Amino acid sequence: MTVFHSPRRPATVADPPAETDDALLDRFQRAAFCYFLEQGNPENGLVADTSRPGSPASIAVVGFALSCYPVGVERGWMTRADAACRTLLTLRFFQGSVQSDAPGVTGYKGFYYHFLDMKTGLRVWQSELSLIDSTLLLAGMLTASVYFDADSPIEREIRSCAEALYRRIDWPWSRGEGITVRQGWKPGSGFLHYGWEGYSEATLLYVLGLASPTHPLPCESFETWTATYQWENIYDIEFLYAGPLFIHQYSQAWIDFAGIRDGFMRGKVSDYFENSRRATLVQREYARRNPYGYPGYGKNSWGFTACDGPGFETKVIDGRTRRFFGYAARGVPYGPDDGTINPCAALASLPFVPELALSALRHFCRHYPEMIQDSRLPSGFNPTVPGAGAAGWVCEGYFGLDQGLLVLMIENYRSGLIWRLMRRCPPIAQGLRRAGFTGGWLS
Amino acid sequence: MIAADEHTDEVRPDERFPRTLRANLHPPAWRNPEPAGRYALVIIGAGPGGLTAAREAAALGAKVALIERDLIGGDRLNVGCVPSKAIIRTARLYAEMRDAENFGGQVPGEIRIGFATVMERMRRIQARISRGSSARRLAEAGIDVYFGEARFSGPDTVTVAGQSLRFRKALIATGARPLTPPIPGLAEAGYLTNENVFNLTARPRRLLVIGGGPLGCEGAQAFARFGSHVIIAQNDPTFLAREERDAAQIISDALARDGVEIHLNTAVVAVRLEGADKIVDLVCDGDKSSVAVDEILAGIGRAPNVESLDLEAAGIRYDTNTGVKVDDFLRTSNRRVYAAGDVCLEHKFTHTAEASARIALRNALFLGRRRFSKLTIPWCTYTDPEIAHVGLYVREAWDQNIPVRTFTILMHDVDRAVTDGEAEGFVKIHVRQGTDRILGATVVACHAGEMINGLSLAISTGIGLRALARVIHTYPTQAEAIKMAAEAYERTRLTPFLRALSKRWLAW
Repeated sequence: MTVFHSPRRPATVADPPAETDDALLDRFQRAAFCYFLEQGNPENGLVADTSRPGSPASIAVVGFALSCYPVGVERGWMTRADAACRTLLTLRFFQGSVQSDAPGVTGYKGFYYHFLDMKTGLRVWQSELSLIDSTLLLAGMLTASVYFDADSPIEREIRSCAEALYRRIDWPWSRGEGITVRQGWKPGSGFLHYGWEGYSEATLLYVLGLASPTHPLPCESFETWTATYQWENIYDIEFLYAGPLFIHQYSQAWIDFAGIRDGFMRGKVSDYFENSRRATLVQREYARRNPYGYPGYGKNSWGFTACDGPGFETKVIDGRTRRFFGYAARGVPYGPDDGTINPCAALASLPFVPELALSALRHFCRHYPEMIQDSRLPSGFNPTVPGAGAAGWVCEGYFGLDQGLLVLMIENYRSGLIWRLMRRCPPIAQGLRRAGFTGGWLS
Repeated sequence: MIAADEHTDEVRPDERFPRTLRANLHPPAWRNPEPAGRYALVIIGAGPGGLTAAREAAALGAKVALIERDLIGGDRLNVGCVPSKAIIRTARLYAEMRDAENFGGQVPGEIRIGFATVMERMRRIQARISRGSSARRLAEAGIDVYFGEARFSGPDTVTVAGQSLRFRKALIATGARPLTPPIPGLAEAGYLTNENVFNLTARPRRLLVIGGGPLGCEGAQAFARFGSHVIIAQNDPTFLAREERDAAQIISDALARDGVEIHLNTAVVAVRLEGADKIVDLVCDGDKSSVAVDEILAGIGRAPNVESLDLEAAGIRYDTNTGVKVDDFLRTSNRRVYAAGDVCLEHKFTHTAEASARIALRNALFLGRRRFSKLTIPWCTYTDPEIAHVGLYVREAWDQNIPVRTFTILMHDVDRAVTDGEAEGFVKIHVRQGTDRILGATVVACHAGEMINGLSLAISTGIGLRALARVIHTYPTQAEAIKMAAEAYERTRLTPFLRALSKRWLAW
């Protein structure tokens, strides 16, 4: 395995057990990977959104699962044959699923509903036909189609299935009457009415949409979207602003943005890799300043992103009125901030700020051992809310998105596997070029 | 614990202040003057724009007539900024009492809200401020004040109360009024607008606010702080859609903290009466629901007051939605007639009305060529925290192909904001990339309306961030955030090369 971007350093703490950084990461990466083995349905390949009983499948989590299987094979945690079987099972499910504008099916126009029944694969929770979650699913399919390159019947079918599923997506439809894509669609009421402006995790969506061999998005859709960006100097750090950390991590989990620049980043003499690094530094700086005085924040304790929280209620704690939220996209510096930290988000910053992410992981291990079960990080903890230990409230169960992001980001740091695979994925390079990216590995 | 004073909620009919107000702003025994010859300027509408133009014209020695059909002062004094800000102040007081412990204070016993005293204070303040705009004072300043409906009767004449006023120039400043939302059953069930909300005699226990614009947000927060259960239903994805996302988000969080229930992407489709309850049908993403409320406040849109003026008689073009058509010099299609304020402008603010009236006046009387588009106009929404903006938004700069850098200071890094327990919000200053030229700014802070003025001054006089960084600001003040942003800009000028040079110099 080769080290990517930054040399690994020796363990930053000497206290026992003197575990090396690599061993530590291996332990947490494997624990995260096992989520997908535990929570997958062997009948159809769907994977549960969370480990909570009765959780439906999330198509985004399935996308992460498909991307994690190659990591599992390379790390020796599963056989290639098993990974190929699971992958094909998943792809066959989606290929055979019903696509129509009826309310209770699996998808429409090549996109899929956000949440599906684990057994039947049909839409649940009246969820929306989700553009971004379909994109993450597609990213997983394309990862598989590059990784499984053998000339065997199973791997050939994986490639042809993934291509067929990509080709049938009607990207221009997803714009509705507008220039940029909409966030989602519901049968009956049509496109969601939510504003989706400003920098977000949608870069990957535009890249894959622009590269579609059958129904591509027009190039101006990406340019129009980037015109809503906001370049800010916050805490003396200049970056393309977005509050929650996941926005700086999702597209970056698949695409190596180091050294490649679109028109916006050329104008700012930066790139989206460097931008994620700076966004992470802003998060850490916010935690150090800790403007609202939440317990537990500090230089090694940060990670503000979309995650579960203690629940929507207001409490007076230590004489201060505190408002808490349930699942919400927490962000800095404008909030919302209710004292909840997602340790997964901090560790997923590994490729951008390796030393800081490792320090954060060791800090979590040392100070909040009770929240870490079997080397698996929870999706949130809040030391302000009294709980069983110093971590205070700890998120119940695990979220597939967090575990999947951890597997990919740790792997990108350790070997660059996902980035290397996706560089070889023709739609990625083509979509990036159509979006105006040049330089670096695209040259 | 804040309890509403349910039993004494009824406003006692203290007629003192309304009487004073009327005596000042539309004296019952007023006799219109006899027009003597042609006026240099006839102004229709005695709101902020009309008053500004009348006073300035009289001071400049012009023979000027000012016509008002109702109360002098217009929306600002009677149904707009003045009463709403008076009420918002009391609402902020209650919020501070509620949060007393966070400020290290203790409020003895239960806090009771007397809606009657809130409204009485508001009327007292209206009466106090009305003194400066009284008909008598205007007459003393040499202005002929006419009360009555004005109509154009020719290209250079206006008729009011049976008298014909000839003019060399005229200014239309008749303002705007709330739009009636086209919602089935709303008119029959009855609803509040900014024009009659201040006549409420009892605090509504449950209030639905239609529209999350500035007026809707201000009203929703104030009533929530008085103990009303307030719901905002807005058929848009974000509050204050024209404002920056983060600013709107902070306001949305602040409203939620005050207990306002916010329903975005929600259309009000029908209203009906069931006993004393107003039942409101809502639709969100195709899902239907109903809520029962006591009052409905409609805060969406304003229509220009153009209909009863007989504008056709003077050859003045207009549109019932956008108002009187004017060019950049605020001149109408009749060369003798100008317009200012809400009746012709998209931005319906008191200070815009006043500023546009000044331009129209100079252009009308002194052959001026001042352009409205050259004005730097700030605006503010008086929620808590307030949200104020001046100049370009980032999106507008992009549309003009201007690359932007934004310097942001969080109020939680401003000492005075922290000491005052007002650390929420930010100052964002947008500059043209590669320069220190300020394009625009947004401030979200408890006193954003005060703070934005320094930035308006900088933009309108061309002061850049480098100069601002050298201006000594008093410490500790919240406006220091502006200087901190300028200093952040200055620090970016210290490139690695300059730093290396400096290091060598200092080592020498």
